[in-house]
Amino acid sequence: MKELEAEEIAEILSTAELMKMVMTSNNKKTSHLQGKSVVTLFYENSTRTRLSFEMASKFMGASSANISSSGSSVSKGESLLDTARTIDMMSTDIIVMRHNQSGAPHFIAPHLKASVVNAGDGMNEHPTQALLDMYTMKEKYGSLEGLEVAICGDIYHSRVARSNAIGLKKMGAHVRVAGPATLMPPGFDRLGCTVCKSVKEAVEGADVVMGLRLQLERQTKSLFPSVAEYAKFYAIDMATLSLAKPDALIMHPGPCNHGVELPTVVYDCPQSVINEQVTNGVAVRMAVLYLLIARRNQA
Amino acid sequence: MRIHIKNAKIFGSDSTGLYIENGLFTEDLSGTPDRVIDLDGKTVLPGLIDGHCHLREPGFEYREDIVSGTKSAAKGGFSSVCCMPNTKPVCDNASIVSSIITKAKNQGYANVFPIGAASKGLAGKELSEMGLMKEAGIVAVSDDGRPIESADLLRKVLLYASDFNIPVLNHCEEMSLAEGAMNEGIVSTELGLRGIPTAAEDTMIARDIIMAEYLNLPIHICHVSTRGGVQMIREAKARNVKVTAETCPHYFVLTEDECRSFDSNTKMNPPLRTEEDRQAIIEGIKDKTIDLIVTDHAPHHEDEKNLEFALANNGIVGFETAFALAYTYLVKPGHITLHELVDLMSVNPSKLFSLGRGTLEAGKPADLCVFDLENRFKFDRDSMLTKARNTPFGGYELYGRTVLTISGGRITYDELC
Repeated sequence: MKELEAEEIAEILSTAELMKMVMTSNNKKTSHLQGKSVVTLFYENSTRTRLSFEMASKFMGASSANISSSGSSVSKGESLLDTARTIDMMSTDIIVMRHNQSGAPHFIAPHLKASVVNAGDGMNEHPTQALLDMYTMKEKYGSLEGLEVAICGDIYHSRVARSNAIGLKKMGAHVRVAGPATLMPPGFDRLGCTVCKSVKEAVEGADVVMGLRLQLERQTKSLFPSVAEYAKFYAIDMATLSLAKPDALIMHPGPCNHGVELPTVVYDCPQSVINEQVTNGVAVRMAVLYLLIARRNQA
Repeated sequence: MRIHIKNAKIFGSDSTGLYIENGLFTEDLSGTPDRVIDLDGKTVLPGLIDGHCHLREPGFEYREDIVSGTKSAAKGGFSSVCCMPNTKPVCDNASIVSSIITKAKNQGYANVFPIGAASKGLAGKELSEMGLMKEAGIVAVSDDGRPIESADLLRKVLLYASDFNIPVLNHCEEMSLAEGAMNEGIVSTELGLRGIPTAAEDTMIARDIIMAEYLNLPIHICHVSTRGGVQMIREAKARNVKVTAETCPHYFVLTEDECRSFDSNTKMNPPLRTEEDRQAIIEGIKDKTIDLIVTDHAPHHEDEKNLEFALANNGIVGFETAFALAYTYLVKPGHITLHELVDLMSVNPSKLFSLGRGTLEAGKPADLCVFDLENRFKFDRDSMLTKARNTPFGGYELYGRTVLTISGGRITYDELC
């Protein structure tokens, strides 16, 4: 999201509206990516992101393939650059990459003919997640301008929080973040958001309340004392939620630790759009792939 | 070999010529010179001395070796270099010290003064044989690359080294805070890279100053990069603590903003800091809180750098850019004089390591360097003589291209003939 202009974000979101119509119609097939090839290269496990990119490319007629670090030569120690070049040499148009290192897509892109789509890099960014989150908010509110968005949880390790903070600010929304101080990176306010002292403070009067996945193994690094304590002080429970605007959206990028970030009752409540986020993820990724191919065709 | 240098400005003197014979500066020559060098008005400086570099031999010759490293040093105007002990095997005993010195004497292009390990195997547990290493030729001890973590071991190293008048150099970094790829701050937050806080460096500088003050013994702080570090060293010096300090060109030229490119040639340890820190380093150089400018020349193979940022090795090469960067970014803008730069890069290192160099006086080893200070040049990383290419300064427009380097009376770099 750092590199995208507001107009580009708006273009992706409006294109995604058309794509959503396609994917929810009876004939889920377009020819936008006919004759193009898309490879998903995943160094981390993923259900939603990976499958939605694959569905998106298939709906638009691309030849798509996938490769992951386990079961490929990556597990034999092949470097990222060699792996990416290998995929590139198979006449690939777009490589969709998820990697555990921040900056990994920035590192390989200049070495390749293919375009690289960042499907999440380390703790840096997860741009298509932020786009689908914004799409979901826009679908409900019509515009992102002036929305108050509370993002709560492990901000430090969250590429979702970073991309949303950067993207939403560009679109005129205001982000508040909250979480344990040990999981709050220094200077997060400099991204244009408000760092709140508590989850309640962040949620109060918010239009959107977003939980983030807590990686439970962080506890062993002394970043929080126990899951029980985390759930008591940092979860978005019904009482906390009651401080938000009455019809505020509940969002979560998934996968969710039920009872940790959110109790199941919140996850399943009528305001929750967590499942719609998944659908919108396909539409947004169709838009991203389509616009990227259109731009490549121009070049 | 008899050399006559004429038509020169001789640094610190009114004369226009210099004589070199049998490796020394002399008042006159005993016969006709083998080489007459006309410098066309250029300035001769005492040969530069790098107080902190990594020549990688023995053990890592695929990155650099004594020959390629000293060739690179000579091309940067260095007549002498002090090399750190993190070789394989570690330079923690007299025989490794001797082998480095012998190879450098026979095949090298600069005087090489090894720095021995402070602890055996750099393991931070037991004292190294620093007395025997001193006999073999070390000029200091350090566990560089890692700090002397145990305060008790630091105390013993300072005490024992003082018996032999060996300077102790410490890489200051609290390791429990150092699990990161760049400076901790707004940029690391934005890029999602783990950060190393300035507090990692500052807490250990504070401890080292306290220990030096307590024992009333000298300590030298390696590659200072933080505002807090400069301030503590300044205050310590004011109350006569025997502390000296060095910094590197990248800490007064670059900031953490460079990391936004995810180019691993901006990754080093300590990491590039903020603009505020950069300014504080310049202030520290100006008011002599910082005594030495060193390169921390750290060659790495392309395969160790051409990686995801956090996985790439730390460090950049520095011999062939250090003087030009210092001249362009410190002398040109008027922060310091050329005279002060010579102190930082030749006179003070000679004093710290007791080398008896850093001068153009007759009777002293004939170490000198000559730079073109008038014309700007574009630095080309592929023109470097080091084996490595890990520098962020490719394409920089700089002043101070090396024209001539002489080390011990021998011409080691020459663009004139």
